Amino acid sequence: MEPLISPPPIRRLRLEDPEPATEVIAPAHSNGNGHAPQQSGFTAAKRSIKAPQFSIRRMEIDEVSVHYGAKEAVKRVSLPVRQGEVLSLIGPSGCGKTTLLRSLNRLTELTSTATLTGRIHLDDVDITEIEPTLLRRRVTMVFQQPNPFPMSVFDNIAYVLREQGSRRARKKSLEPKVHSALDRAGLFEEVKDNLDHPALKLSGGQQQRLCIARALAAEPEVLLLDEPCSALDPKSTQVIEDLIVKLRDDVAVVIVTHNLQQAYRIADHVAFMYLGDLVEYNSATALFGSPREQRTQEYVSGAFG
Amino acid sequence: MLLLKGQDKGKAGDKGAVEGTATWALADRIGLAICWALGLLFCAIAVAIVVYLLVQGIKFLRPEMLWTPAAAGFSEGETGGFSDALFGTLIVAVMGIALALPAGVAIAVWLVEYGRPAGLARITEMTIEAIAGIPSIVLALFGTVIFSSTALGFLSRSSEGVVFGRSFFAASAMLSLVALPLIVASTREGLNSIPRHVREASYAVGKTKAATTRRILLPTCRPQVTTGAMLGLGRIIGDTAIIVVLLGATQNFAPVEGVGFPLNYLRGAGTTLTNFVYEASPTGNLNQPQKAYAAAFVLLLMVLALNAAVDVVHRRARKVGTWSH
Repeated sequence: MEPLISPPPIRRLRLEDPEPATEVIAPAHSNGNGHAPQQSGFTAAKRSIKAPQFSIRRMEIDEVSVHYGAKEAVKRVSLPVRQGEVLSLIGPSGCGKTTLLRSLNRLTELTSTATLTGRIHLDDVDITEIEPTLLRRRVTMVFQQPNPFPMSVFDNIAYVLREQGSRRARKKSLEPKVHSALDRAGLFEEVKDNLDHPALKLSGGQQQRLCIARALAAEPEVLLLDEPCSALDPKSTQVIEDLIVKLRDDVAVVIVTHNLQQAYRIADHVAFMYLGDLVEYNSATALFGSPREQRTQEYVSGAFG
Repeated sequence: MLLLKGQDKGKAGDKGAVEGTATWALADRIGLAICWALGLLFCAIAVAIVVYLLVQGIKFLRPEMLWTPAAAGFSEGETGGFSDALFGTLIVAVMGIALALPAGVAIAVWLVEYGRPAGLARITEMTIEAIAGIPSIVLALFGTVIFSSTALGFLSRSSEGVVFGRSFFAASAMLSLVALPLIVASTREGLNSIPRHVREASYAVGKTKAATTRRILLPTCRPQVTTGAMLGLGRIIGDTAIIVVLLGATQNFAPVEGVGFPLNYLRGAGTTLTNFVYEASPTGNLNQPQKAYAAAFVLLLMVLALNAAVDVVHRRARKVGTWSH
């Protein structure tokens, strides 16, 4: 029998050297304008967006708790959702931010063990009084994994525009609306010659923008995004971030993200959740720059995650 | 020698890095060799069957057998072909799958997408599994009880209140039960392979469950539904017990008099290729093995065509792409 091969050499990484760690936390692009405040962490990063022009209160989350069986995933959370602004929900895994997001268009009801108490209003109407399919056209959602339907790019959008399972409304008459939805998602120029191609053959970033276009095709009032960039590369992420900021005047945007830099880059208001509690809700600059709560301070500085 | 093969591939690098077996424990290497040997053995068996039937089929199959019905006679030249059996196979295949496919897909959709109350879903599941486990001869016997009842007399030949209970209707109905579990299992597998977030993406733009199922889920699992249907067809085509007991296993079509076409044939008795092969084999009544080989060859071609169809559907589905999980 042959002798055992020797194990590969162990490459020891020097952990005591703090340099690499700071490099990872540091913002990806430090702008050369020079007037960025010299703070530690990513608040030194460029905040490319302007302050919102206006903000209208669209949704009101009022003392909402969500239970999965006996487990309380969201504990008496109250938040406003405004059009003209991007609201970001941040927090460590399992803190209830996705559950809270899903409760905004009653997707939690698809989980049989989930029970919701408290009230959520859309334009002062309790959402439990709105028929779920109607509500979900007004409050649409984009998911973590790009999930275009296995049909052509055109049909992905057309599916949303048509009545339920119908094939009615012919292709020709839907064209303007499909094109405008793709255009709003910044995808039209890239796919205009390939509208008949299978959507699942697009790149990941394009697929996710198609999903955003699909969510926009319903002409929603609120757009929910559940970590839309977590499966994407930095370039696609940037495209989608720019898109989200552009959308905030037309729809109220709520985005769940694990990426603190992202929340800082695009959000106007940030809600930090921890173990189901809403710990802190404030403007992005305030929450990242001078957090009121000890927990928030620890989380945004990377003490836990 | 087989073990060396893997290493050569690794060195050639044509399929990426292939792990060499030189460092493996002896037991693992023997295990791998056994896997190889068994794999090759079964390939050899399959090839042997196909090649043998191919040779025999080409030797004995005459084209006119396909359109000449069987006839009584003293020599091979007088007994005709097996056109009635061939058509019989086609009829039970079409009718059986026409019953099993919609029912099977509907059951699978209900089990995966609805499945409430949970107790009823579990009972349904157990029932399907039970049907899958019942030998077809038992199904056939049960079928005679049902289709000989007076209420179902319109499905077969009946005279003076006595129901014969053997017909294409009766056989196809029972054969559909043979195909049903395969279609249910395959469709369920297809539905289960669709990530939950894809369904939710459809609900999240205000679509109902029904619309989502019709326009997203069922089109997505078309390859699996087709696979189930093809496997089911294969079982229907290959079944003999139900044909013997519930189709009458006559040598030719035995249409019912005084009934219009095509009901006269469908209510009458008949035969299929499997039954013809059995009858023509040395153990059967006809004992003309050459025609048994010819019919078996046609049967084999049909099954191979079904397999090819499954391949085509899957290859087409791959062009559409799938989600990253």
